[in-house]
Amino acid sequence: MNNPLTMNRKTAQFLIAILSILSALIVSTLIIFIAGRDPIMIFQKMFNATLGSSYGTGQVVFRMTTLVFAGLAVALPFQVKLFNIGAEGQLQMGAFAAAITGALLPASLPSLSAISICIFSAMGAGACWALLAALLKVRFGVNEVIATIMLNFIAQGITGYLLTYHFAIPSTVHTPPVIDAAIIPSFHSITGMFPKSPANLSTLLAPFVALLLWFMLYKSRFGYELRATGLQPEAARYGGINAGMHRLTAMSIGGAAAGLGAANILLGYKHYYEAGMSSGIGFTGIAVALLAGAHPLWIFFSALFFSILEYGGLTVNAYIPKDIFMMIEAITILLVISFNALGKRIHQ
Amino acid sequence: MGVAVRLCGISKRFGTFAANSNISLSVEKGSIHALVGENGAGKSTLTKIIYGMIQQSEGEVYIQEKPVHFSSPREAIDAGIGMVHQHFMLIPTLTAAENIILGDEHARLLQHLPMKHLKNLIRKHAREFGLAVDPDATVENLSVGEEQRVEILKLLFRKASIMIFDEPTAVLTPSETEHLFTTLRTLRDKGNTIILITHKLDEVLSVADTVSVMRKGKITGTMPAKSVTKPELARMMVGRSVLFKVTNPPPNPGETVLKVNNLGYCTRQGVEKLHNLSFKVRAGEIYGIAGVEGNGQSELLQALYGLAPAGTLLTGEAMLKGRSVLGKNPAEITLMGVSLTPENRLRHAVILDYTVSENLLFGRHREPAFHRGAGFDNRTLNRYCEQIIADYDIKCTSPSSQLLSSLSGGNQQKIVLARELNRPDISLLILAQPTRGVDIGAIETIHNKIIEARTKGVAILLISSELEEITALSTRIGTLYKGSIVHEFSQEEVTLKRNSEDEFQKEIGLHIT
Repeated sequence: MNNPLTMNRKTAQFLIAILSILSALIVSTLIIFIAGRDPIMIFQKMFNATLGSSYGTGQVVFRMTTLVFAGLAVALPFQVKLFNIGAEGQLQMGAFAAAITGALLPASLPSLSAISICIFSAMGAGACWALLAALLKVRFGVNEVIATIMLNFIAQGITGYLLTYHFAIPSTVHTPPVIDAAIIPSFHSITGMFPKSPANLSTLLAPFVALLLWFMLYKSRFGYELRATGLQPEAARYGGINAGMHRLTAMSIGGAAAGLGAANILLGYKHYYEAGMSSGIGFTGIAVALLAGAHPLWIFFSALFFSILEYGGLTVNAYIPKDIFMMIEAITILLVISFNALGKRIHQ
Repeated sequence: MGVAVRLCGISKRFGTFAANSNISLSVEKGSIHALVGENGAGKSTLTKIIYGMIQQSEGEVYIQEKPVHFSSPREAIDAGIGMVHQHFMLIPTLTAAENIILGDEHARLLQHLPMKHLKNLIRKHAREFGLAVDPDATVENLSVGEEQRVEILKLLFRKASIMIFDEPTAVLTPSETEHLFTTLRTLRDKGNTIILITHKLDEVLSVADTVSVMRKGKITGTMPAKSVTKPELARMMVGRSVLFKVTNPPPNPGETVLKVNNLGYCTRQGVEKLHNLSFKVRAGEIYGIAGVEGNGQSELLQALYGLAPAGTLLTGEAMLKGRSVLGKNPAEITLMGVSLTPENRLRHAVILDYTVSENLLFGRHREPAFHRGAGFDNRTLNRYCEQIIADYDIKCTSPSSQLLSSLSGGNQQKIVLARELNRPDISLLILAQPTRGVDIGAIETIHNKIIEARTKGVAILLISSELEEITALSTRIGTLYKGSIVHEFSQEEVTLKRNSEDEFQKEIGLHIT
């Protein structure tokens, strides 16, 4: 690392992220102040309710897990310059698939196979849903942003219809619960950590998957070709790289990651599918990926930041509307994008 | 007659690369002045400076003998300069008339557009200069020739008296070209000054009054079009540069490796780029293809390396050791033992945001030798990079962390050539403009490496616009003109004629025009 140029680029990206977060926090402090509340008191309460208690930490860990997967769902396609706005729909399809599979499995199935089958069905459903958008892009040149947004609506429609007319328990809006064997155990039930919180063992999958994707992207031939496709598609063609194939796989892997996020919520916490359970977490995934520069390992930190904001915002809702923290999220992302654009202009 | 445009000592540098160096030129008022030269000779840069799109690093521009400093095309337009770009700047969904007045509407923001008056003006111009266009037709429904007329009407409407045409005939059919030339002559006769950028020599001789030849960022000559012949122009364009004499030991050609037979290339739009093109390359020989750019070089490369765009009709055959390469993709062709150094290396042969070592791997990343387990074998890779960097004297401190974009242009070029020449088990090496953009010192290294590869028994296809390079390296030479090999010099002829290089180049010049 003795070349100044590469160092600069990496440190610059890191600094931009930190700077954006700090400025967003300053802005939010100002807003809280204007709203007539004491910012220090609010932040203190937020801390106590999140990382300051074991239940709160559990909540943060649970949300972070989903966000890591949702972030990866956006980050991977981003490496081939595809903008996956559809993590939300992919997550919904994944959750629904896992719920139905989990409920239909024979109750006598051993736990490990039941869980695996449900996780794979969630990943498969997410991947297929993402693949649809990628196919439209590769075959017909349909803009993937529009395709994924539309597929989000369609996913909502399909799951809504299937739930209401075929799978919901009468007079409720949720499916029957998955069999006991398909439930991913909570940390509390195994180790006694994070009592009563939804944090469950699928969190352990997150670092494993992120490392795997990191290796794939930066160390393997597959990732080498994939990133080249994103950076200079024409050169990739000369280099004998099949750009279309890489676009399809990157999207599918992204969709599968969204499916894993769904498994965390469904198999680890809710145990059944209900309308509106994904609550926009797929969209927060976009923010997570952007803040992390689409790097699979940095996504952990950005997911942590956003999960503290999201859950922390809920806990102080009595004092200050939680929408303020959604604003912080949005401001951070706008700043990251603006700083990056500014940096590029200075670089030229 | 006065001088419309005078350039004094214009230089333009991009980083360390000089696109224009110390150019002085006078364009007479009321004349058609052609600017010819190969791609990358600096014609476009020069005209962009005149048009205010970019600013010169040094030198002065005078318009109608007044010094000017344009900071945008808007100022150039106000000074009476207009430009018809190679790719038209029209809005397809608007009508011809709307396009013509765009940006110069003669109306305040919310005022009704005086369309009727404008259309009459357009019709008047159209009659006067033979620019028949229906003002109410939507641009997307017009033919290419009509679109060009809209562009010219745009200039007339803005009262431009100095008009720059960038490769205006590149997209036209022969009859449209004739039509355009008539218009150009009429424009000139009415006192307009026309600067015509082209590399088609027939056009220059038929329409221009004065010709300036550009080569490597310099003007190599300005002369009346009447006093010059096509072969002379061609030679000035692809011309002479100071080259080291590379030692070229007698070749020992073996069996035929590449056999191209009656190759035809027809674009999706139905334009024939190659026809009846035939040649052979044997193991251990360099087959040089000489020709002015735009005569089918790019299409030949695309056909041979599986890069022809979808919808292209390829006919005839191209056999590598008895197996056809047509219809295969680049990865399959590489596996058959073919290596390509494309013309535009920065765009096609490297990833600028990858590190030097990642680039040395690019295109060769499927070779098993570089793999270990699921990832790459860093030790082998580092050893390979170190060896190449030493062999080719590439200026780079830390290949595994330095980005390619931080290297100088010449070093970037060397990386591509080093990588391709170093490929194991290649039977055919295709080199397009292997020394373009490379400094003289590196040219010598590269030429020696090419000869070395030939001596090892590799068949080499060399496409170059540098005649010296072709005559110095080739075993046999084919001359490419309008999509066919029109003449071939045998091994004996080349060996014999290489001794009187000047004569030989003149002779080649005759066959490429």
